[in-house]
Amino acid sequence: MHGAANVGERGDLAPGHASSLRLVATLALAGFFSGVVLCGVYLASAPRIASNRAAALERAVLEVVPGAVAFSLMVAGADGRLTPADSSERIADVDPQVPEPARVYATRDARGERVGYAIEAQGPGFMDTIRLLYGLDPATGTVIGLRILASRETPGLGDKIMYDPAFVESFRALSVEPEIVAVTRRPRRRSNEVDCIGGATISSRAVVQIVAGSSARWLPLLAGRSRDGTE
Amino acid sequence: MEQSEPGRAWVELRKGLWRDNPVFVAVLGLCPAMAVTNSLANALVMGAATTFVLVGSSVVVSLLRKLIPYEVRTPLFIVVVATFVTSVDLALAALLPVAHRQLGAFIALIVANCLILGRQEAFASKHRVGLATADAIGMGLGFTLALALVGTVRELLGGGTLLGWPVFGPSFEPWVIMLLPPGGFFSLGALLIVSSMIAERRQRRGTHSAQWNAQGDAPGPLDLSPPGSRVGPE
Repeated sequence: MHGAANVGERGDLAPGHASSLRLVATLALAGFFSGVVLCGVYLASAPRIASNRAAALERAVLEVVPGAVAFSLMVAGADGRLTPADSSERIADVDPQVPEPARVYATRDARGERVGYAIEAQGPGFMDTIRLLYGLDPATGTVIGLRILASRETPGLGDKIMYDPAFVESFRALSVEPEIVAVTRRPRRRSNEVDCIGGATISSRAVVQIVAGSSARWLPLLAGRSRDGTE
Repeated sequence: MEQSEPGRAWVELRKGLWRDNPVFVAVLGLCPAMAVTNSLANALVMGAATTFVLVGSSVVVSLLRKLIPYEVRTPLFIVVVATFVTSVDLALAALLPVAHRQLGAFIALIVANCLILGRQEAFASKHRVGLATADAIGMGLGFTLALALVGTVRELLGGGTLLGWPVFGPSFEPWVIMLLPPGGFFSLGALLIVSSMIAERRQRRGTHSAQWNAQGDAPGPLDLSPPGSRVGPE
């Protein structure tokens, strides 16, 4: 029985002591076929994945800028001037070559008027980097919408930044100047204040800091632009 | 004593559901059983993805078993498994983007699930494709069942919902800890206790005796012994 068990362990696999050449050739062949299969799957799924990502981006941009129906990607050059990144109004996919802090989404409403900008920003949260998108209206200098794109905050506590009604609501009309501040232990009084969520103070502050830092950087650039009237 | 082929396949399929359940009996694949079971929906998607990888890998390994040199079997198994995992990862991103975002890196980590490599080593590389498929389906379903149970407990207590639907009404205060990592350990520990109590009771009643062969093997974790020693004298 012992001898049989040894054979059994090897089972139907090809006998041992195969030549090195055979081992290398088998592995190379397996790698080759695996590569062929993966190329096929990648080519088949890539268009769907790109369109999913574009659809998710479109939903988010139109959500954070109320009234917007279309948007285009603008890129800030070294001199701070914005140029359209793409001639089309809708972007199939974000160009990964453009670093995030240098790009904004310019939106238009149904009459074709500019209604504000959607801006991506990120920063450290409680657990991991929080990535978010917010709407900025340079004419009034206010944040007009917020959506968390990715976060790994504590479920049930920190992740309330994504759905706590009062917290999300306070980003619908939030003055950027003077600098946005997070307040605790008392209700917000001024238009540049955000109430922290009970039990999620660190995550709330993180979101406020990300939006405050990014909006303070972008507002002068975008406000100057809308005053010039240059498109 | 040799059972008919369909009968044997049925036995191999059924053992994964309960008797040799990969999570409750063999205690394999616990990383996903903890990490993605904070909701029932996540648990079901993870179970389905793992089952697909397990069945696909087992079929390929079983079909190629006579061509695989013994010395390099593990890297070959991993190449096969990794190919299926990457395919599932891309397919989920294309077809179920929301679920894909929720599960994140844990889909790619299926490749490290010892349940899958374990079945290639212990079963698929030693059996005909029919039996290997049956074994993989059974193990995959058993894994999905276990994840779904953990996910049900955690979502019910941690959020008061099931598949996103409120169950306990607005007065229920969620036990947030059940959604956090400790809740995963609590839930799995409790389910392990319950499952081993049931197994012990059944064993005392002797309902299992037919399954265990004349060599006097004690009912134990996932049978990794050579196939000849399991199904009775061949």
